[in-house]
Amino acid sequence: MERIQVLVCAGTGCTIGNSGELIEAFQAEINSLGLENEVSVLRTGCLGLCGVGPNVSIYPDNIIYKSVKVEDVKEIVMEHFYKGRPVHRLMLNEADQDTNEIHDINKTKFYEKQKRIALHNCGVIDPENIQEYIAKDGYFALGKVLSEMKPQEVVDVIKESGLRGRGGGGFPTGMKWQFALNEPGDEKYVICNADEGDPGAFMDRSILEGNPHSVIEAMAIAGYAIGAHYGYIYIRAEYPIAVERLKHAIAQAKELGLLGKNIFGSGFDFDLEIRLGAGAFVCGEETALIQSIEGERGMPKPKPPFPAHKGVWGKPTIINNVETYANIAQIILNGAEWFKSIGTDTSTGTKVFALGGKIVNTGLVEVPMGTTLREVVYEIGGGCPNRKQFKAVQTGGPSGGCLTEEQLDTPIGFDELVKLGSMMGSGGMIVLDEDNCMVDVARFYMDFIVDESCGKCSPCRIGTKRMLELLEDICEGRGTMETLDELETLAETIKDTALCGLGQSAPNPVLSTISQFRDEYIAHIVDKKCPAGVCKALLSYEIDEDKCRKCGLCARQCPANAIDGQLGKVPYHIDQDKCIKCGNCLKACHFGVIERK
Amino acid sequence: MKSLEDLKKIREAAQNKMTMRMDDNQKYRIVVGMATCGIAAGARPVLNTIVEEVAKAKLPVTVLQTGCIGMCTLEPIVEVFDKDDNKTTYVLVDAKKAKEIVAHHLMRDEVLEEYTVGKYKK
Repeated sequence: MERIQVLVCAGTGCTIGNSGELIEAFQAEINSLGLENEVSVLRTGCLGLCGVGPNVSIYPDNIIYKSVKVEDVKEIVMEHFYKGRPVHRLMLNEADQDTNEIHDINKTKFYEKQKRIALHNCGVIDPENIQEYIAKDGYFALGKVLSEMKPQEVVDVIKESGLRGRGGGGFPTGMKWQFALNEPGDEKYVICNADEGDPGAFMDRSILEGNPHSVIEAMAIAGYAIGAHYGYIYIRAEYPIAVERLKHAIAQAKELGLLGKNIFGSGFDFDLEIRLGAGAFVCGEETALIQSIEGERGMPKPKPPFPAHKGVWGKPTIINNVETYANIAQIILNGAEWFKSIGTDTSTGTKVFALGGKIVNTGLVEVPMGTTLREVVYEIGGGCPNRKQFKAVQTGGPSGGCLTEEQLDTPIGFDELVKLGSMMGSGGMIVLDEDNCMVDVARFYMDFIVDESCGKCSPCRIGTKRMLELLEDICEGRGTMETLDELETLAETIKDTALCGLGQSAPNPVLSTISQFRDEYIAHIVDKKCPAGVCKALLSYEIDEDKCRKCGLCARQCPANAIDGQLGKVPYHIDQDKCIKCGNCLKACHFGVIERK
Repeated sequence: MKSLEDLKKIREAAQNKMTMRMDDNQKYRIVVGMATCGIAAGARPVLNTIVEEVAKAKLPVTVLQTGCIGMCTLEPIVEVFDKDDNKTTYVLVDAKKAKEIVAHHLMRDEVLEEYTVGKYKK
């Protein structure tokens, strides 16, 4: 009789951490102790703390083991499963400092402030087993919609819930559906935009890997609501695990008749197809995505006509993001009022964020809207590691901006973040500390945009390239105050004239860093210094020759032979012309006499 | 899928396999001491009996194991916690007594006084 279930995370992060071998090791060890009828090993989706993966969740104890290695498996099986003593050194659960009592995992700082709606089954069910999804009321929302509701009623519930598009723009989902429902004709399409491209964002991937059926079910509901019978999931080929799980999930749903003809005997037909993208950032833009599905080059088109009017194959189409779909079934089952009770008046529900950069708890979190950035960064994320000073948090990826320490008490919401010159974006949240140069951050995003610009319109194709050159000038010490003015003028012009969202929002990281960190730009331009010590051209390393112990360690580490001196006799000296500013000498010096300026 | 009824049947069958992962409020938590002393005194059949009986009757009960509770001479020890964390400790439990504990305490809320540590005499 089964008494313990072991859930090993099989998301991308933990798979890279070798969770596949862990599953085999657990099974082998359990068999060797003859516990195979008592303990079962399953794979599951993302538990959130990707930074300390591979993670293993144990039920019914509700314990999470972190950073589990194959060598730890024997101890866990013997101690925990056989003798009932959880292995404390691997536990994620924090202990109470006074009583030394181990917290419930849901009371830990990382999980306590989270509310999982879009991620509700991730890390709890086996994503490759449709039965487990059904056990958690899966496909009951579709059943309810098909047996009890008219299409208009479905659209009304979504409108009433206040759900806004989670892909970044924040357009009300219910209104989008209403436009498509109002269109005449019976050939319409439902598209899921899974072309997640922001650097550092992996929310959609994790949902598809951990709970693929939630997206399939929601697309069928959307199909019924607007009168469509066919859907496309547009996903990048760079997400092989997510693609595999989706294919598997679609096959299982078809087998049970949850996709196909006459679903639940209601006369409603719906079918789905996966379309793989090659990983172009611009294909996340809806008109470019439609072009790509049709087999054309992924390039945006002017709007209107909007997709709800003329979308894929010229027919009315709705395009929603993965996370938006992941909320739909929950809203149908629990009602619009329930969803509205979470979050703020203008931004209802929750939002998933991918925490990354200089933060202790790298991973995936879902918080109610209205939670402050400070709570996310410091309480859930655990702040910056190594006692470094927090500098900014970047939200919205290449279309967003940076928020500073003073702005951390802003409640998270679509309109609140736009007001501060950033945006919600799809949910990448990158924390920057004192070692990050803001000019370099702006240059990084501009470099990304130049790479990803499709080249159709000149403001984006030529303008962003010129912006990148200006930023490089500043980073390499060639900038003047005029460069800064030119940069700002160019940014405003691109914003006003680019064809699609990608180009219009591309200058945002630059404008936002200029407005928040103007002094850093000035330091680069006037003083020719990089305060964070990132821009190599502006750095110099110098040895204090009076204090030099003449040990020669620095010279031995120098790859450019730029350090001269004589062991024990002549103090060492760096030849600035030869120096490549790698910083090896600084690390090598035991006496701290080398200075970075 | 012909109807919602079919889906309900699948849900019920699947839920039985993953009761321990459901968020439902559990009425009791029953913990079996499974340290070396417990296992030597026969805690394995006790644990297995409890798991089986709880599953058979579909009780809202979490079955857990723990390490040494401290009174090794009185093993196998079984502790039952209610929602408010009030603890009842049963000692010298065997498979037969375990069945009774499930049938009385967990199903009908009747504490089996004669098996508790308070009634134990040398």
